[in-house]
Amino acid sequence: MSDHALDVSMTINGERVAERVEPRKTLVDFLRDDLGLTGSHVGCEHGVCGACTMRVDGAIVRGCLMLAVQCEGAQVETIEGLSDSGEIADLQAAFEARNALQCGYCTPGMIAAAQDLLKRAEETKSVPSRDDIREHLSGNYCRCTGYHAIVDAVEAVALARAGK
Amino acid sequence: MKPAPFAYKKPRSLEEAVALLGEHKDARLLAGGQSLIATLNMRLSAPSLLIDINGIGGLDGINHSGGKLEIGALVRHAQAERSAAVAQYAPLIARALPHIGHPAIRNRGTLGGSIAFADPAAELPACLMALDGEVEAGGPKGKRTIGAQDFFKGLFETALAPQELLTAIRVPAAGKDRRTGFAELARRHGDYAIVGLAASARADGKNLADVRLCFFGVGATAVRARKSEAALAGGDIDAAIAVLDLEPQDDVQASGAVKKYLAGVLLRRVARQLLEAGA
Amino acid sequence: MKITPDSPPTLTALDRPNSYIGRSVPRPNLHRLTQGRGLYVSDVALPRMAHVAFVRSPHAHARIKSIAADAAKNSPGVIAVVTGAELAKVMTPWVGVLTHLKGLKSAPQSPIAVNVACWQGEAVCAVVARSRAQAEDACELVEVSYEELPAVTDPETALDPKTPVIHASLGDNLCFERKLDVGSVDKAFAESDAVVETTFMFGRHTGVTTEPRAVVADWNEGERRMTVYHATQAPHMMQDLFAKHLSLAADQVRVLTKDVGGSFGIKVHTYADEMATVALSKLLRRPVKFVADRIESFVTDIHARDHRVKAKIGVKKDGTITAFEIDDLTGIGPYSVYPRTSGIEANQVVILTGGPYTCANYRAQARVVFTNKNVMCQYRAVGHPIAVAVTEGLVELAAAKIGMDPLELRRRNLIADDAYPCASAAGLKFEQLSHHEALAHLDAMMNYAGLRAEQKKLRGQGIYRGIGFASFIEVTNPSAAFYGVGGARISSQDGATVKLDSQGAVTVHSGVTEQGQGAESVLAQCVATSFGVSMDKVRVITGDTDNTPYGGGTWASRAAGIGGEAAWQAGKALRGNVLAVAGAMLQAKPEDLDIRNGVVVDKATDTERLSLEELARVAYFRPDTLAPGFQAELMATRHYVPRAWPFAFTNGIQASYLEVDTDTGFVKLLKHWCIEDCGTIINPQLVDEQIRGGVVQGIGAALFEQCLYDERGQMLNGNMADYLVPMAAEMPDITCGHVVSPTADSELGAKGAGEAGTAGAPACIMNAINDALRPLGAHPLTDMPFTPGKILRALGKV
Repeated sequence: MSDHALDVSMTINGERVAERVEPRKTLVDFLRDDLGLTGSHVGCEHGVCGACTMRVDGAIVRGCLMLAVQCEGAQVETIEGLSDSGEIADLQAAFEARNALQCGYCTPGMIAAAQDLLKRAEETKSVPSRDDIREHLSGNYCRCTGYHAIVDAVEAVALARAGK
Repeated sequence: MKPAPFAYKKPRSLEEAVALLGEHKDARLLAGGQSLIATLNMRLSAPSLLIDINGIGGLDGINHSGGKLEIGALVRHAQAERSAAVAQYAPLIARALPHIGHPAIRNRGTLGGSIAFADPAAELPACLMALDGEVEAGGPKGKRTIGAQDFFKGLFETALAPQELLTAIRVPAAGKDRRTGFAELARRHGDYAIVGLAASARADGKNLADVRLCFFGVGATAVRARKSEAALAGGDIDAAIAVLDLEPQDDVQASGAVKKYLAGVLLRRVARQLLEAGA
Repeated sequence: MKITPDSPPTLTALDRPNSYIGRSVPRPNLHRLTQGRGLYVSDVALPRMAHVAFVRSPHAHARIKSIAADAAKNSPGVIAVVTGAELAKVMTPWVGVLTHLKGLKSAPQSPIAVNVACWQGEAVCAVVARSRAQAEDACELVEVSYEELPAVTDPETALDPKTPVIHASLGDNLCFERKLDVGSVDKAFAESDAVVETTFMFGRHTGVTTEPRAVVADWNEGERRMTVYHATQAPHMMQDLFAKHLSLAADQVRVLTKDVGGSFGIKVHTYADEMATVALSKLLRRPVKFVADRIESFVTDIHARDHRVKAKIGVKKDGTITAFEIDDLTGIGPYSVYPRTSGIEANQVVILTGGPYTCANYRAQARVVFTNKNVMCQYRAVGHPIAVAVTEGLVELAAAKIGMDPLELRRRNLIADDAYPCASAAGLKFEQLSHHEALAHLDAMMNYAGLRAEQKKLRGQGIYRGIGFASFIEVTNPSAAFYGVGGARISSQDGATVKLDSQGAVTVHSGVTEQGQGAESVLAQCVATSFGVSMDKVRVITGDTDNTPYGGGTWASRAAGIGGEAAWQAGKALRGNVLAVAGAMLQAKPEDLDIRNGVVVDKATDTERLSLEELARVAYFRPDTLAPGFQAELMATRHYVPRAWPFAFTNGIQASYLEVDTDTGFVKLLKHWCIEDCGTIINPQLVDEQIRGGVVQGIGAALFEQCLYDERGQMLNGNMADYLVPMAAEMPDITCGHVVSPTADSELGAKGAGEAGTAGAPACIMNAINDALRPLGAHPLTDMPFTPGKILRALGKV
């Protein structure tokens, strides 16, 4: 560890973590390399593909465009935490039933973005249209599915959550 | 790629940040980081120090006073999207915000960062120019105000001095007679625009006054199409397109000729928006 | 043969109670992926694992004069700095040639360039360090002195005498040439009522797998064994190649592939930097990890589809196609990629053009030339997107020229559904296709007449929508005719081992691999059905050369048709073995028994006789209770290779409905349809999803994707912001339907389905755009990708 290294502590999936880290280490690399949370994936390192999308202090962010040292005191939620808490159980079930994932590499980021849309929809008591869903997921690259099945799965969950 | 090594400091005050900039000539400021960290990840930039300004208080407010809307430099795009004040007093900015990247980017990216970064294909610098806004900058000698027309100097180059930070932007608060128009053409939702137009004007009876047409994606900075503004003020859309004198360069997305042609198409569409009754 | 909108076919002799064949069951391996608990090679961490980064040539062509590594060696965390010359002591170079592509030639390629770098991005030095970041820091300190050489970047002039020859030993820049002349082409053109001649251009593009290429190589000096965690489609092939080039025996190499973040053919090739990583592990006697980052992926992942095709079609007034002629020129990289070669794509273009039609007159020429750009090789649907776009583009231009409806022209020329078995003009052997049935199904499904009416009405309002079609044939289930006959150690056979465990559950070990397409599910469905248990009692193991039968892996849409058949047969064989044990235990005749839903039953009455759990208990723990001389055998292995046909051809037809904004040149995709005949469908949802994903990849080729190079061989747009891949907001919903023509070459009758979407979509989009713009007198667009600029130029607006 170089002279630049700093101590940083944050809460990750509800667990308090304190580590020493190089400032140049991105949040997603910190999670994957230092903590073994390999559910968040790296696809481009320039914020475009969305594979690293996760939640920090309740908002979805690109894990490759944040530094670990920026997250002092933050609440970080990765796919592992979202999954274990049960928050996305219906989304996971819908994705699996509809085969809205093939290789699964984009899936953690895609689900984080989908959950973000659905939470906003619940707040405003609205149901997103297929176009709304496509727009909200427009920053998450999937090479396998062609997106149609993903839109189907998110739409099904949106309707179910709205009691329709 | 992984960034080259750098040190990291998080000042708690503007004065501290300014002092750090003075001590470290190749330091970079970290606000939203959505452009900076991508640049660092590609090793296009290798500063020795990152100064994280996210801890400086007082820079994330949205305030309407004295006929102006002031937006702090650290206001996130997502925060501005949700702001009733921005929707009411800076509707042009409200129209532009959903075009900036994607939700995850907008949760971190800041208005101050976008203006200071001055990407020629970005929406907000063009909006600032179209609204005849101003930038507030803080430096070793205190704060100063720079008008939008003097702020954008060249490709990724602004009037900020090496030891200055952008602390806020201000735009004249929109009144009932404000007309705005916004359109951009991008191959995919959220991409940087091939060409875009941010426009503002004041309704003057059936005509338009104070027309400002600000194209982006067509030059080293956002560009005012002044001849077209004059023609449009006279109500002549065709003439406005005919005198459009942009000289865009070729880039990987489109040739200069295509950009220029598309600029004319956008002008027609935005002109109609401006001439419609109601902002 | 019958139309099945979306319902599964019923098998006859294969009908089993609780059959999973034809059922859209969810894939069993998805929980780990939706929880973020998969295991991709990029997730693998081993003790003492080091990371490699490569110094890459910034020049398209340059002599490497010297490499000064001292500063790099002293950089923090650095373990070794290794040049091509040093690595050559550990690993031998390779040459990508196949004997059945006559005349195909290529120069030897080394894992790290020695003496000359031949494309921008080629690795010239490796830095191994404790972290990737430290390796990259040290890469910046390596001083490479280059002498720039002229770069060959224009395929059109690559063979000119004045153009420098990239590899002097080869004599010229020609990699491969193929000619075909069948029937009487000149006479046919002379007798045509209309001839259409045009040039199609296809933009070089690449796979952009969401997970970049990744490999962790682990040489254990004590065991003298190399374990490679490899994001690959073909673990046995790679085992063979790693062993060969490290001068090891094959059984000294183990290749492991668990979850792969997308492959599409990108991950079935031999990459210099991956080979280098494996060699470095042997040299350094510790694990070494390489994960390509996105920037280096763009200049090292294989590119594909860089073709210029001059093409001609002749037709009679009555719509009969008289002849096809093509002249294909493709500019690959400086090396033919190993071991599948970079001649295959052009060869496919030659043999596939015109394929769906009865036309007997066909002349083709293809030349594959070397350039100093990134290497090019097989990518999803290899050659088909080009052959189909050329064929179907010509067909619709011809239809327009003689004023005939494009579907009608196809009806008059597609091979009749009852004409089989037959061969195409190019010599392709077809067992049974269903072009007409598929066309009729598409016509109805999309309400073609309704769309034409809507199109006409909207034209009156200045809204320009287009409808475009593509009929196609698709190569699947390849026999040894594809690669084996050419001397490549690429296996077209495959195997499956099934085992009953001590609790009555089943494990399947298979030589095909899961790439996200659903191979694990297909294998489980086949075994569960042929053996007789519910799917939750079947566990699938793939991607381990130590623990699976020797197989070919996943490519050319073979996993379901070939891997599935082997699994099916193995399940049947195990059922036989288990019923022999049951017969011994129950004193009944095995042929009077069956296994249904995990229980041994009387076949005739369905009466339950014995659970598998109990049978396993006795066979494994109480063999003393079985008759003397009886040996329980609760494992079975079966292999399968297609023998009757070189390829199991499938067929299909696609349609695109889109709107062109004639002010901006932007295209809005409204809807897409695909009718596909891939024989027996094992899992309809998975087949449809392969089609959808493939269609969108084809849309990418038609509208968005191109690797842009300047004349100096520099790639200009090698990042995700500038290289445009399809994203959700611009893609249409895609409706799928099926016809079922099973192959008789296997009991399941399943052909492949993975590439059909990509094969037909670009042609469809092109035809739809031209259909939209035809009334405006626009010059037909034939130069992919169809950017707004090209559309505006065709409209004369720019």
